[in-house]
Amino acid sequence: MMNLDFSFYNWDLISNFVLKGLYFSLLLTLIATLGGVFFGTVLALMRLSGRKWLDVPATIYVNGMRSIPLVMVILWFFLLVPAIIGRPIGAEVSAIVTFVAFEAAYFSEIMRAGIQSISRGQVYAGQALGMTYGQNMKLVVLPQAFRNMLPVLLTQTIILFQDTSLVYAIGAYDMLKGFEVAGKNFGRPIEAYLAAAVLYFVMCYALSWMVKRLHQKIAIIR
Amino acid sequence: MSWDWQVFCQDTMDREVVQGCFGKGGEVTYLDWILSAWGWTISVSLLALVLALVLGALIGTVRTLQDRPMIVRLGNAWVELFRNIPLLVQIFLWYHVLPSLIPALKQVPGFVLVVLALGFFTSARIAEQVRAGIQALPRGQRYAGLAMGFTTFQTYRYVLLPMAFRIIIPPLTSETMNIFKNSSVAFAVSVAELTMFAMQAQEETSRGIEVYLAVTALYVVSAFAINRIMAFVEKRVRIPGVALTASAGGGH
Repeated sequence: MMNLDFSFYNWDLISNFVLKGLYFSLLLTLIATLGGVFFGTVLALMRLSGRKWLDVPATIYVNGMRSIPLVMVILWFFLLVPAIIGRPIGAEVSAIVTFVAFEAAYFSEIMRAGIQSISRGQVYAGQALGMTYGQNMKLVVLPQAFRNMLPVLLTQTIILFQDTSLVYAIGAYDMLKGFEVAGKNFGRPIEAYLAAAVLYFVMCYALSWMVKRLHQKIAIIR
Repeated sequence: MSWDWQVFCQDTMDREVVQGCFGKGGEVTYLDWILSAWGWTISVSLLALVLALVLGALIGTVRTLQDRPMIVRLGNAWVELFRNIPLLVQIFLWYHVLPSLIPALKQVPGFVLVVLALGFFTSARIAEQVRAGIQALPRGQRYAGLAMGFTTFQTYRYVLLPMAFRIIIPPLTSETMNIFKNSSVAFAVSVAELTMFAMQAQEETSRGIEVYLAVTALYVVSAFAINRIMAFVEKRVRIPGVALTASAGGGH
């Protein structure tokens, strides 16, 4: 049994290493959520459009992404994106592009379920009022779909936040990396990994507790 | 851009192309290596799946016991603990932290630690599905069992669990596919599975596209195979005239 010593964690170290990584983890989570929900909604609309030339490519994309491990997708983009645009990009930019593309596939399934949860009567009512397809989606269906799916979207965001640790594969500087570098510099890797686990746990547990509360609230209103 | 699939026929030591692509004698080609890596991925995943199913079924079941609030709380704590720490961090905990706290773990190979990490991580998710499956059953089923004179154990064994497990086959299917995908995280502690192979072979051969394509194809083949196997199981155990549904959990 070895002695654990957390005394090396002072503010300087935390702000230099951990906060730098935490900032990127949160930024990545935010951009990937917003981008993923946007492109995911587009993919969901393509799949529900009833037009084969829109439906088939979107289905292939979504099922393809969902059958590959995220780590492989991260490696793919890290290899391919610089080759396509012809100049090197940093691990951080590559990670952001990857997560938006990858999460779009997962969010599209949530949005598809959300859109399908809206009763047909709502769509007919919109049409009866003379709304176009676009107006109907924008004003009637999507706002309700978002609202119904909000707890699931947020749960997916928590999973996304945990998955940002996988940018380890390409060496991007996220929260886990911050802890790891700090642990190496101070010769205390064990304490660094433990602290990382505790911080991830506290953040994710608090978030999922709040989502649970929100879920109960929404459930009561309806 | 040009393809060079010959890369898989190369010897990993001197990079000479080997006739027939499989190494003979002491030779190891990249084709030999990728197949062995696939084997490691499958071994890690299947062993972790067994562990996760056993633990998950047990913990999910005890979380539905009605007059044992302490045990229910312990079960809930288990699920929250393993669900709210990223898998990669959990693997580091098993690989770096636990062996220094428990010296006996130092003798345990990395492969076993990864199986334990992945199994425990997934057990929390399966426990959640088992609980949801049991609670999705009408309350009357439990009472019917007790009214028959069954003990609590018998009620679970003969009435509740056989129904609950049928309900949760669809989420279990995605969880099984997730285990295969999540096994890729083992690269971080140098288990020679597919992702580790992909990273190393890309480095050595600079043929990233071919290597990644082959590895991705093997992951997709594995996922599809599981999907088919589980669909077959689902069909075989279906109770005629009973349509059961439970909500599935998310996840990667």
